Amino acid sequence: MANIVQFENVGLRYGTGQDAGQETLSDISFTLRSGAFYFLTGASGAGKTSLLKLLYLAQRPSRGIIRLFGEDAVLLPRDRMPGFRRRIGVVFQDFRLVPHLSTWDNIALPLRVAGMAEASIRQPVEEMLAWVGLAARADARPATLSGGEQQRVAIARAVIARPEMLVADEPTGNVDPDMAERLLHLFDSLNKLGTTVVVATHDLHLLNRIPNAQMMRLDKGRLLDPTGSLRYPPPPRMDA
Amino acid sequence: MNAPEHRVLDEAGGVRAMTWVMGIMLFLTMLALALGLGTASAARLLERQLAGRLTVQIVDGNAVRRDRDAGRILTVLRRRPEVARAQPVDRAALTRLLRPWLGSDGADPDLPVPAMIDVDLVGQDDRGIARVVQAVRAVTPAARVDRHENWMSPVSSFMQALTWLAFALVLLMASATAAVVVLAARAGLEMHRATIEVMHMLGSTDRQVARLFQRRVALDAAIGGSGGALAAAGVILFIATRLEGLGSELLNGIGLSSSDWIILAALPLVFLLLATAAARLTIVRALRTSL
Repeated sequence: MANIVQFENVGLRYGTGQDAGQETLSDISFTLRSGAFYFLTGASGAGKTSLLKLLYLAQRPSRGIIRLFGEDAVLLPRDRMPGFRRRIGVVFQDFRLVPHLSTWDNIALPLRVAGMAEASIRQPVEEMLAWVGLAARADARPATLSGGEQQRVAIARAVIARPEMLVADEPTGNVDPDMAERLLHLFDSLNKLGTTVVVATHDLHLLNRIPNAQMMRLDKGRLLDPTGSLRYPPPPRMDA
Repeated sequence: MNAPEHRVLDEAGGVRAMTWVMGIMLFLTMLALALGLGTASAARLLERQLAGRLTVQIVDGNAVRRDRDAGRILTVLRRRPEVARAQPVDRAALTRLLRPWLGSDGADPDLPVPAMIDVDLVGQDDRGIARVVQAVRAVTPAARVDRHENWMSPVSSFMQALTWLAFALVLLMASATAAVVVLAARAGLEMHRATIEVMHMLGSTDRQVARLFQRRVALDAAIGGSGGALAAAGVILFIATRLEGLGSELLNGIGLSSSDWIILAALPLVFLLLATAAARLTIVRALRTSL
């Protein structure tokens, strides 16, 4: 399997000049293989979300090299970013649903952004709605959905365009165990179809659900692996 | 992005303030443009009418000599190639003109009123006019020749100033409209920042995001502009009717030709293009600073 992501000595510091704080991420080096499944774990404030932001191009690093889909992502010109972003599905921790759009339209958004014809959108959206169990809430606005329902919409939106890489920040944080299981199964199915999946979570119970998943652990902005590469083979799984 | 995407920006609330602003701006701009086109047309007409016209006055207390000189001058004028038409102003017409000042005394045949001849020239060549003046003076030095152009030049200048003022107002109004659109686009960008960030993360290009705003501004310009244009057209037609009713030769010149109406009809479209271009430039420029 080829590398889809490569980080070399990446550091991230928010702010510039005198306003710059301490490094949120320091000396991060790892590679993600295309088609693999990764969990990113760590305590709150360890830097999981910041690392994911670098992965889905919401942030540029303060230093280091990031290669994404075989290209230098740090020096990537702005006009090429949309093309890269369309290859990445993102489940945001705070969902970030568009408040004025219905569930249906929120899920359809990536397909419309990609320029897909309206006639071709209906079927995948309805399949996805059924998959996340929200067919009955297709017309509901995000404000009228529960936290769990919003999270499922966010997940459906992230995966509908069949991205090459799926990045999910605490995707099961607001759903019940059954739904968490189903969502992970959805991620696993996507992974089996070739999508590289990166799930940030502090829920260690999830790690056992995906047999072939690998794990990265972050602690205070550093990867807990002195070599700076992924622990491979995966560490022993913890029991639920 | 496809058609339903416009809903990404909250368009709830129906007709918005921006629609009213566009309507009012277009209403005012159209009136200013109509004034400019009308006065320009009147100034042109005035120039055409006055440029080639002269009045010859024979001022002589001796009525017999005055009438004899007037007859000779008329004969001379009618032979000149520069003259298209020479027509004496009859005594009755002069009496009518004098009535407001002299009352019935103006009709007194002993009143030493000058004899007058209206002259229409073939061209507006200064040398030709000088030759005509010379020919008239050769008959009698008591003859005075007045160019209508000279009498009316302050009016003509005033009309031209009004025309330029109206066109300057059109430019100002267009600039103000563009500025309003820029401010509205910036405010909209701020209001929808979170949504735009999501759109970017989903792979939207700056152009796609700008199109959302452009569409919205275009809609405001189309709805508001149509209303403003219709209202302005109503006002212009009303004023045109009132001007016709005044029966003034000068004011009747302030008319709009069919080409003027075409220009006025194109104004809403120009506004729409201006507004969408301003929105697009503002949004694309602002988005460049984001990642």
